[in-house]
Amino acid sequence: MIRQYEAVFIMTPVLSEEQMKETVSKFTKFLVDKGAEILFEDNWGLKKLAYPIQKKTTGFYCLLAFKAEGTVIADLEVAFKRDERILRFLTFVLDKHAVAYSEKRRANKAASAEVKAEA
Amino acid sequence: MANQGNSEIKYLTPITVDVKKKKYCRFKKSGIKYIDYKDADFLLKFINEQGKILPRRITGTSTKYQRKVAQAIKRARHLALLPYVADLLK
Repeated sequence: MIRQYEAVFIMTPVLSEEQMKETVSKFTKFLVDKGAEILFEDNWGLKKLAYPIQKKTTGFYCLLAFKAEGTVIADLEVAFKRDERILRFLTFVLDKHAVAYSEKRRANKAASAEVKAEA
Repeated sequence: MANQGNSEIKYLTPITVDVKKKKYCRFKKSGIKYIDYKDADFLLKFINEQGKILPRRITGTSTKYQRKVAQAIKRARHLALLPYVADLLK
């Protein structure tokens, strides 16, 4: 059953810029190979963690929203666990309210982006 | 006799019995259906200075939304968006 999921993961700040891009693209490619459809990808950049994880106080947050079969999630989580650059991850299934919420946010984020572009 | 006893007590200013503010569930009132675990500054309203989740009797939220808020806060804590324990959080 195809459902919409959100995976948020935190990468160690030690990585260089292209290593981060490479890990993110590794997971997006992993999902696409499994037949998932990536909806959008959102890098929140380097953020301060509320408490130190593995002795690190900052982390590079990334959000991946995708539509996939349920079976894909187990493999995705194994991949997250195996990759030592990922400090922490959380995959989340969106119910109908959550889907409506995320579309509305995407819409007004795009709208505000356009406004910024024009200004 | 009792009445006479009361009248003796004089107050400079009338004691204000704080009128009981009718608590309402902000989610039902504003029609919010989904509580996002990612936006931490909204969730900050539901935790106290130590980072603990505020009880319903303080926030006045209904049971259904209190469970959603608690679930969202626990997810935010897992992602280190909110601390598990904090002092002077606000």
